[in-house]
Amino acid sequence: MATTTLGDIAATRPVATTEALRTADGMPLRTKLERSMRMARLRAFFLVAPLLAFIVFSFLVPVGKMLWLGVYEPTFANYMPRTAAALQTWDTRDLPSEETFAIFVDELIAARESRDLGKVASRVNREFSGARSLLTATGRRAADFAGPDAKQALIAHDATWGRTELWQGMTVAARSVTPAFYLNAVDLRLNADGTVRAQDADRRLHLALFWRTLWLSALITGLCLLLGFPVAYLLATLPMRYSNLLMILVLLPFWTSLLVRTTAWIALLQSQGVVNDSLVAIGIISDTNRLSMIYNQAGTVIAMTHILLPFMILPLYSVMKTIPPSYMRAARSLGANGFTAFRRVYLPQTVPGIGAGSLLVFILAVGYYITPALVGGQSGQLISNIIAFHMQSTLNWSLAAALGGVLLAGVLILYWTYNRLIGIDNIKLG
Amino acid sequence: MTSADAYVRFSGVQKSYDGVTLVVKDLNLDIAPGEFLTMLGPSGSGKTTCLMMLAGFETATHGEIVLDGQPINNVPPHKRNIGMVFQNYALFPHMTVEENLAFPLEVRGMDKADVSRRVRDALNMVQLRQFGARRPAQLSGGQQQRVALARALVFEPKLVLMDEPLGALDKQLREAMQYEIKHLHERLGVTVVYVTHDQSEALTMSNRIAVFNDGVVQQLATPEELYERPSNAFVAQFIGENNRIVGKVREENGQHCDVELPSGELVRALKVNVAGVGTPTLLSLRPERVTVAAEPGSLPNVFEARVQELIYHGDHIRTRVRVCGHDDFIIKVPNRTGHVHLAPGETTMVGWHVEDCRALDAA
Ligand SMILES: Nc1ncnc2c1ncn2[C@@H]1O[C@H](COP(=O)(O)OP(=O)(O)OP(=O)(O)O)[C@@H](O)[C@H]1O
Ligand SMILES: [Mg+2]
Repeated sequence: MATTTLGDIAATRPVATTEALRTADGMPLRTKLERSMRMARLRAFFLVAPLLAFIVFSFLVPVGKMLWLGVYEPTFANYMPRTAAALQTWDTRDLPSEETFAIFVDELIAARESRDLGKVASRVNREFSGARSLLTATGRRAADFAGPDAKQALIAHDATWGRTELWQGMTVAARSVTPAFYLNAVDLRLNADGTVRAQDADRRLHLALFWRTLWLSALITGLCLLLGFPVAYLLATLPMRYSNLLMILVLLPFWTSLLVRTTAWIALLQSQGVVNDSLVAIGIISDTNRLSMIYNQAGTVIAMTHILLPFMILPLYSVMKTIPPSYMRAARSLGANGFTAFRRVYLPQTVPGIGAGSLLVFILAVGYYITPALVGGQSGQLISNIIAFHMQSTLNWSLAAALGGVLLAGVLILYWTYNRLIGIDNIKLG
Repeated sequence: MTSADAYVRFSGVQKSYDGVTLVVKDLNLDIAPGEFLTMLGPSGSGKTTCLMMLAGFETATHGEIVLDGQPINNVPPHKRNIGMVFQNYALFPHMTVEENLAFPLEVRGMDKADVSRRVRDALNMVQLRQFGARRPAQLSGGQQQRVALARALVFEPKLVLMDEPLGALDKQLREAMQYEIKHLHERLGVTVVYVTHDQSEALTMSNRIAVFNDGVVQQLATPEELYERPSNAFVAQFIGENNRIVGKVREENGQHCDVELPSGELVRALKVNVAGVGTPTLLSLRPERVTVAAEPGSLPNVFEARVQELIYHGDHIRTRVRVCGHDDFIIKVPNRTGHVHLAPGETTMVGWHVEDCRALDAA
């Protein structure tokens, strides 16, 4: 045949593929391969099994538990099960029936006797402000209201008992599995009939905090990149004896306690601190106009940039170390000036390091707690501080869990976006 | 060649990295336009340093480098318009082959149509038409080498520098690429400065070879001249195989001299580089210029030799004999019909012409 056309090739191809290949003992090749791979896979699985178990118990279970806590809060249903059941059938518009009131008063007495009323009151209070004192005050005289006309007695005792909003709040609290906390976490509220409304203006703060956290984390990441890139470049290109010294300087902060470093920033940046004193001394600012650089956003940004800098430098350095100087030389010999050579040849090759460092710093910053707590003041608080607040002070663990869940989702979305735009396999951590 | 038509000119160039030792000591070298000049020398002799000074990545500590009539000591590398092929190719890993080739054209501000035409031509030139969209990592070593070559040539520089460009290739591919580079050089007429420490590569490719040792050019000559008439012991030793016999000059007469060996024999040799009667000298003799089973009197130098070892090399039989007190005297006996068959332990007569035995400095 003089010439082979593409058609000829296409025509001969399928013949080869339809005929399944067999090994010497006549078994189909695919089956045989599968079988031989199974042993290898099994062995690999047993090797990683301990690690897998560890991850499941120390990571997956707690995270799953936390996500579950964000949608599950059974306090009300536990201590007032019959009221909870009655409220589920309520039409949520007019006041609940006499019967419901009677059941409620019965359970109120029971809860007070078992000293669980406080827990129920706190739960309802989250849906209806003022419910806590109302429930405890009413609980003290609950026995007086028992009877068939519990409804009138309660309303006569306190007119608030006649407000549908209170009973709607109780209906929301009565649901054990509820999206209420996740909605709260993004400044929304659940109505008793299942619809959603915006959070009251004076209680709207989570979204703003989320945005602040994202924005400050991005800013800190940017600053770390800006400051870390030249250092990493020096580390990778300086002669050994200088670069070793520089490496020690970069790692030095790791050997000092985080608390000590943060406190050092307080000493430096406070209004009677070293920086302000020096600026006043050399006359750049007057004694009355001392800069406030700490206990605000500036403090959070400065201290966190310092603390997270090594996490940017190290991945950048490990990538730059592998870029031979001959690339820059080649670019220059081909006619590119220093800047063009850097931009078109060096920089693109550091992208895996930039990606790894930025992702690392950003994710660490998003969840950072101790530094903002110490030097952030009011305006420098991040979302993790409010999570800690709910865990420790208000004991609203479900809201804390929901906030954590939203944060996790946000980070995952960012990670996914990053993967789509740059590609996660482009990351190099060392 | 007069200095006026030199395209590249090193005059009195010295280089020191540490301020203590000179890596290049007083380099004077003129390279003609269109010439293929090879810098050949052992590792650490300063070849790369010279090339880097020419490319602009190292500054000469002293002396002047002139390119096309212009002193370039203070011209930055990107303005020198010199193509360069690096030892490890230095192909940009994040760019495709085409982008690599387009890079030098783009930084010169060439318009898109021109760039793509030239890139296509360059790919055709090195027969890599279908590989344009690949990344360097997806190419074989030889293909990467060709891309590097094309990239150094695509912007049509008048001067191309190559630093051991074939060092990473296997022997067969290396030889094929040697011819390819040589043909490209002939076709394009560019001036090439080529660095290698492989002497056979230098011999096959170059118009002229500069043999470096210890920061000094030992001899600058055509391959033939270098092989046939090495001017000192280092060159004789470095280029090709070579029997070395030390002795003392007993008598000089015109072109020739008589050299007395420690074992008492008298050898008649060509006087090349000797300091005078009574001084030590090193006789250099190529193994293929020695005749075995020589009739006494048929050649000016005939001595008795005892065969020590035979090694079969295919095209020749490498024969180690003991002659004039030297145990490691090598003779190449060509493997042709009717050649002398020797056996270890046998005694034979070996001889050579005066012209083939060069008396050099005793290094
Ligand atoms: N950047 C440098 N700093 C200090 N000394 C250097 C530097 N580069 C080269 N040298 C020294 O200069 C001498 C010559 O080096 P050069 O690289 O020019 O040798 P070469 O002839 O190219 O050797 P090779 O064949 O091994 O590549 C060597 O002794 C080397 O140690
Ligand atoms: Mg070298």
